[in-house]
Amino acid sequence: MSNIDLSINFAGIKAPNPFWLASAPPTNTGYQIMKAFEAGWGGAVWKTLGVPVQNVSSRYGSINYRDTRMAGLNNIELITDRPLADNLREIEEVKKYFPNHAVIASLMVESKKEWFQIVKDVENAGADGIELNFGCPHGMCERGMGSAVGQEPEVLNTIVQWVMEAATVPVITKLTPNISDITDPALAAVRGGTSALSLINTIKSIVGIDLDTYAPYPVVDGKGTNGGYCGPAVKPIALHMLKELAGHPEIRNTPISGIGGIETWRDVVEFILLGATSVQVCTAVMHYGFGIVREMEAGLRQFMSDKGYSTIYDFAGKAVPNVVEWKNLNLHYKVVASINADKCIGCQLCHIACDDGAHQAIALPTNGSRVPEIIDENCVGCNLCSLVCPVEECITMERRDDGSQTESWAERTMAGKVPEHFNDPRGGGVGHFVPEPSAALQYKRKDRSGRK
Amino acid sequence: MAEYKRPETPQEYQRNFPPKKPLMNTSEAYYESARCLYCYDAPCMTACPTHIDIPLFIKQINTGNVKGAAATIYDSNWLGNACGKVCPTEQLCEGSCVYTEQDMKPLQIGRLQNFATEAVMQAKTPLFKPGPDNGRRVAIVGAGPAGIACACELRVLGYSVEIFEAKALPTGLTVYGTAPYKITNEEALRENEYLQQQLGYTVHYNQPIQNAAQFAELEKQFDAVFLGLGLGATAQLNIPGEELPGVVGAVEFVEELRMKQHAFQVPERVVVIGGGNTAVDAASESARMGAQSVHLVYRRTKADMGAYDFEYATALAAGVQGVFEASPLRIEGENKASGVTFSRPDGSEFHLPADLVIKGTGQAKQGALLAHLPNISTDAKGRVVVDAAYQTSRPGYFAAGDMVNGGAEVVNAAYEGKLAAQGIHQWIQNKNA
Ligand SMILES: Cc1cc2nc3c(=O)[nH]c(=O)nc-3n(C[C@H](O)[C@H](O)[C@H](O)COP(=O)(O)OP(=O)(O)OC[C@H]3O[C@@H](n4cnc5c(N)ncnc54)[C@H](O)[C@@H]3O)c2cc1C
Ligand SMILES: Cc1cc2nc3c(=O)[nH]c(=O)nc-3n(C[C@H](O)[C@H](O)[C@H](O)COP(=O)(O)O)c2cc1C
Ligand code: SF4
Ligand code: SF4
Ligand code: SF4
Repeated sequence: MSNIDLSINFAGIKAPNPFWLASAPPTNTGYQIMKAFEAGWGGAVWKTLGVPVQNVSSRYGSINYRDTRMAGLNNIELITDRPLADNLREIEEVKKYFPNHAVIASLMVESKKEWFQIVKDVENAGADGIELNFGCPHGMCERGMGSAVGQEPEVLNTIVQWVMEAATVPVITKLTPNISDITDPALAAVRGGTSALSLINTIKSIVGIDLDTYAPYPVVDGKGTNGGYCGPAVKPIALHMLKELAGHPEIRNTPISGIGGIETWRDVVEFILLGATSVQVCTAVMHYGFGIVREMEAGLRQFMSDKGYSTIYDFAGKAVPNVVEWKNLNLHYKVVASINADKCIGCQLCHIACDDGAHQAIALPTNGSRVPEIIDENCVGCNLCSLVCPVEECITMERRDDGSQTESWAERTMAGKVPEHFNDPRGGGVGHFVPEPSAALQYKRKDRSGRK
Repeated sequence: MAEYKRPETPQEYQRNFPPKKPLMNTSEAYYESARCLYCYDAPCMTACPTHIDIPLFIKQINTGNVKGAAATIYDSNWLGNACGKVCPTEQLCEGSCVYTEQDMKPLQIGRLQNFATEAVMQAKTPLFKPGPDNGRRVAIVGAGPAGIACACELRVLGYSVEIFEAKALPTGLTVYGTAPYKITNEEALRENEYLQQQLGYTVHYNQPIQNAAQFAELEKQFDAVFLGLGLGATAQLNIPGEELPGVVGAVEFVEELRMKQHAFQVPERVVVIGGGNTAVDAASESARMGAQSVHLVYRRTKADMGAYDFEYATALAAGVQGVFEASPLRIEGENKASGVTFSRPDGSEFHLPADLVIKGTGQAKQGALLAHLPNISTDAKGRVVVDAAYQTSRPGYFAAGDMVNGGAEVVNAAYEGKLAAQGIHQWIQNKNA
């Protein structure tokens, strides 16, 4: 592979690579962080330090999807429950062994005085940076911290200013996704002078209910509470929020550390393409251990070598301009599904997905085979069949327009071509096949017992 | 040769016949069931002779509704557990699973079926209730799969049912015929017990119905008679030496093996004549019982064999040697069989020494017995002819299973027996309308 340099300088925090551990159980102790650095991680955000807390027993719950464990993880754990002095001593020790790795102290306290003190403490211990935890959506917020701050841009802005006043190392503000517009707290942090942003923290959630005790998971003696949701299931939400920041004129010059559902090299590349210049990982490590970084790093290197990039800055943010508003999409672009009969295994999921869940554009075969047939005229190009098809590269979406015409909704309406009726050909839906309602009656539910 | 040591204890016997489809544990069932695609108009379901809603029961297993999965299975098939174990799934449901279209491993439908049905049987979970008593009575002759399925279905429809069985145990060839590595005696009997406990049909064992007077009596006492007699004894080869001791029919051989288990002595050298599944099974089982050499001799080519490829492969793996295009001319021996002489298509002859000769030449039909029942027509192959409702040409007499289909699988008998019950119900309702 060519000269690939994975090292980063994130708002002044230097690290040998962009793979950081998020502030969470994997960064509870110096032991874990040093083990992670040995495994190949480039940085770690220490488990949030702050006021004394007491944790409960039974802390995590998860979503299993079919045979996949922990597609989403939910927790009701608080910030660190280890004494501050122990953590500070271990930060110092880690820095002694790993002077070139990034050690960032995550902090959460209440008063200005406390913030000043703890900033000094961690700087004295040798932390390379500080992360402000304004995200924890359970427990801590009931005490006026965590997401209680993250959801109040003004309070957040004030605290960021306090910290900036006290800190000499770079400060990252970690945002909560439990808010309707993520740019509000992000702007408050930027205006407060934060050196960088990170997102997302966990999402308020209930992962399930125990069907015997009728209590939400994780069950604590017959009761439960809302937790914070993370893991692969939250990635799309994180990516969206990342793009909101990376595309915002006032925020986009602030470095962003991407967090939320990162597990594979693809996730890493996607976060970087949407503007992150470091990534943080929690659930994937809680699931597979620190060794999971091997696959991320190998994949990232392969991608960079295939595309001819030598640093992550060569492609950071490259996808941001391609995320546009709906009204700017080309209405003339037209794709139609196509089935590769040689690959089709005849599950007919595409047929039933389209017939019941989309646009009645896939007919069952009449030639005795099990390969369904796309009815081109009916296909609106929604992609659904290609998403449900279990065979790799079996259903593809083929482009049908010649690419010569582009016209977006914005352009169309600007030119006064607003459709006035649903049957206005400019509306797009005209001529589309719709079956008679009564045609549904031929599908009778069968009684398998055969009893009359 | 002699891969297997002669079993001397029940444990050694079990070791030589390890279950072909062992019970899945919960994790395996969970991961396996997760692979099912929930196909539309699922081909596995079409391929199952009883049309079990396979995607549904597999999804039920995956979502932790194992009881519901068992109910789905029994809804279609009264011998859901036995079928999960003994069905030639390679030819049926699993053979049609869409995964096979791209050479991927099909779902292990049989084992998942076992998993669900074992769970309810072991927990004695009640799943069935007899219908309200309609005052009508049906006699069933034969407690094989066809008879049991018919009995269950009739009970659900409110009939009182008595089964007359010639032998000492229920389930017919499931317990007396199928290979012991597919289903053990205990397993076969347990399902009947589970069904009988909930549905309450009566079985009279050791009560063959074999003459006209007995049939007349049944007609007097019952509103309808169902025949699920299966096939008869092994057919004759019609060659010299056939009557010698040391010559046995394959069905009789398997029955003795299944009943005596480790106490059954299979001698050193075995020659099996035939190319069907029963012949192949007998050869396989001889090898597993510790015979030194087992030759399976078939008169036509390997490709012509009636046995399934996977059954033949199992036999080969057990140490059986296949010999093709050789027809038996005579069985030699003084007081006891000592070998068989075969002829080749080119007219040459060869001799195979044998201490035991097993005739896998198919089972005879029930012609002799049917002679007591005038007006029951059979076709040219000796199969009882029935209409769509499984009624024979003799009114009030219904039939299903091997005696009608000429010899198929447990699953076919189970399905037909159930349909026959529905046919009986229709007939009785129409008669009284
Ligand atoms: C060696 C062998 C191996 C097989 N292996 C398999 C296998 O692996 N998988 C599979 O699915 N199928 C297998 N089969 C086939 C399967 O066992 C039969 O298709 C099935 O049992 C047929 O069911 P049935 O009820 O029609 O008849 P049977 O199972 O034959 O039952 C008939 C019953 O009627 C009783 N009976 C007969 N005459 C009278 C009478 N006059 N009075 C009272 N009772 C009577 C019999 O004792 C018996 O209990 C095998 C068959 C054989 C011979
Ligand atoms: C058990 C647990 C504890 C966490 N504790 C903290 C914490 O103390 N401080 C913090 O900023 N984030 C905390 N988080 C949030 C993670 O740092 C991270 O933002 C979130 O899990 C999303 O990343 P992931 O999808 O890789 O897990 C915690 C997450 C988990 C699962
Ligand atoms: S979903 Fe794919 S494999 Fe299944 S029938 Fe459609 S094209 Fe074939
Ligand atoms: S793309 Fe959508 S409309 Fe077209 S065939 Fe597939 S599911 Fe149907
Ligand atoms: S064919 Fe296979 S994948 Fe499809 S429903 Fe049946 S078992 Fe499941």
